[in-house]
Amino acid sequence: MASLTINDVHKTYGTEPVLHGVNLTVEDGEFVVFVGPSGCGKSTLLRMIAGLEDITSGSVSIDGLKVNDVAPAKRGVAMVFQTYALYPHMSVYKNMAFGLRQAKTPAEEIDRRVKAAADVLQITDYLDRNPRNLSGGQRQRVAIGRAIVRDPKVFLFDEPLSNLDASLRVQTRIEISKLHERLGSTMIYVTHDQVEAMTLADKIVVLKDGRVEQIGSPTELYDQPQNLFVAGFIGSPKMNFFNRLDVSEITQKNMQNEDTIGIRPEHLVACAEADACVSGKLELIENLGEYVLAHMVGSNGTTFIAKMDRKQVGNIGDTLAFKVIDGNAHMFDRTSTQRV
Amino acid sequence: MAVVTETTKFGKIFWPVLAWIVALTFFFPIFWMVFTSFKTDADSVKPEYLFVFKPTLENYINMTDNYDYWRFALNSLITASFATTFALFVGVPCAYVMAFNPTRRTKDILLWMLSTKMLPAAAVLYPMTFLTKNFLNIFDTHFLIILVLCLINLPIVIWMLFTYFKEIPKEILEAGKMDGANTWGEIKDILLPLAWGGLASTALLCFIFCWNEAYWTVRLTTTDAATLSKLIEGNRAPEGLFFGRLSAVSTAAVGPIVVLGWFCQKQLVQGLTFGAVK
Repeated sequence: MASLTINDVHKTYGTEPVLHGVNLTVEDGEFVVFVGPSGCGKSTLLRMIAGLEDITSGSVSIDGLKVNDVAPAKRGVAMVFQTYALYPHMSVYKNMAFGLRQAKTPAEEIDRRVKAAADVLQITDYLDRNPRNLSGGQRQRVAIGRAIVRDPKVFLFDEPLSNLDASLRVQTRIEISKLHERLGSTMIYVTHDQVEAMTLADKIVVLKDGRVEQIGSPTELYDQPQNLFVAGFIGSPKMNFFNRLDVSEITQKNMQNEDTIGIRPEHLVACAEADACVSGKLELIENLGEYVLAHMVGSNGTTFIAKMDRKQVGNIGDTLAFKVIDGNAHMFDRTSTQRV
Repeated sequence: MAVVTETTKFGKIFWPVLAWIVALTFFFPIFWMVFTSFKTDADSVKPEYLFVFKPTLENYINMTDNYDYWRFALNSLITASFATTFALFVGVPCAYVMAFNPTRRTKDILLWMLSTKMLPAAAVLYPMTFLTKNFLNIFDTHFLIILVLCLINLPIVIWMLFTYFKEIPKEILEAGKMDGANTWGEIKDILLPLAWGGLASTALLCFIFCWNEAYWTVRLTTTDAATLSKLIEGNRAPEGLFFGRLSAVSTAAVGPIVVLGWFCQKQLVQGLTFGAVK
């Protein structure tokens, strides 16, 4: 277990900058998720912590010790790769023991640790098998096991669930969460899936184009997004955005010309036209059983989504009016994209 | 999805016949060489003994007794083995770096290496002979032949290994790094076991090329380091056409390599189809 500090870290490939000065502190035992769209630099940042990428400038410290020039294995970090990256020619046991063997750990100690980790992950029965004879979920467990046996200070996960099918993904996500609770280790997890980020993280780091957009707890990011990007990225379905001309006159009174108002689909409730904030024509109904998503088109052609009760929704072509649940309208400056 | 094709009666006969014709055309010279090696030199040129003759082992006995076949064979074995070993020794690290830590120039370097094969060997014959004979004093030594064989095959070795290494996911080596393997450990414990099939076929191909090499081995040796190519060359023209003897020497020269290829066939196919788990 350890804390981690990233101080003004830059990364440049040739002349192309990929990360523009990232600052972050990860507390001991914290579960931090890096989230962002493809190419935002989240994996690069993780690989820099792992030691698989050079740090162009700035510093990474683990437990107060600068590790910029320390070899990956000496940093006390272990990584779980997206493709599992198991050694195909070694049995599960050997895969898990490889790191300990490199560190010249005594055989009995290796055996004890591998068996303990296998027990935690319920892969004891597969120890003699080769990775090619395992399913995707089992391979993923082995990859996690390989990290656990080394008893690292920091666990690094690089999109570990993206190669699994949907149901297994949910199950493994829960297992990782339980594992974190059980081990109490510092974990850093990269994903582009905001649901994974929301459910797993103590702290989420939202990245875009190599810059940190916001750092905060899942609730902070959901309730108080600092800019338009974070507001749109966190939450599913996405937050609706309206310009001043898209909303009713009552709402316009609270807005500056340059403002954009953001309202999550679950915060729009049907109301009378007179009290409405936004209104529009019902274009499509997505029925999800428990609730429906009403896809609306406003008078200016702006599309938005409202989460509604199945019985309330009406028919396609109907005009519906919505008001915002108090305190759930987010105001952003259109030019700076920052929260007002 | 399998595509169903209609086989006509014509196709059923035509294609197998064509296949046999092609196969026999390729096989015939080898067959004729082995066939002729059991004729005496005199019989080998007489039309009446073209197919029917009295087989003899005279040429083979003559070859081992009077022409020192085993010394030439040993030289071939030594030079081809060492050249292959050295080529792999240099080729593996080269291909490793180019496959896993490529720079902007890696492709150019690979092309440049291949371009050295475009140089006509005859163009450097004089400098090579002069340099090795008068300057370095290594003419007709095993060292020289090993060096030359190693160098002329190195581009092919690196290209082949590079192609095999490229197939291995980079993450597996990175996982090795995370587990504390140094560069040598990565190569020894992860890369080579994963690429052994490719490594074996590269080694075999390199060995075959070295064994069969004739241009330099004939021209840069006289006696001490002379290989089987030199033996065949020596049994050629000057004394007239001794087809029986020449055939026996040639058969004995290609024999070992054909047998080696035959035995390794299964392993090679297995090796080449060994897929890494992604």
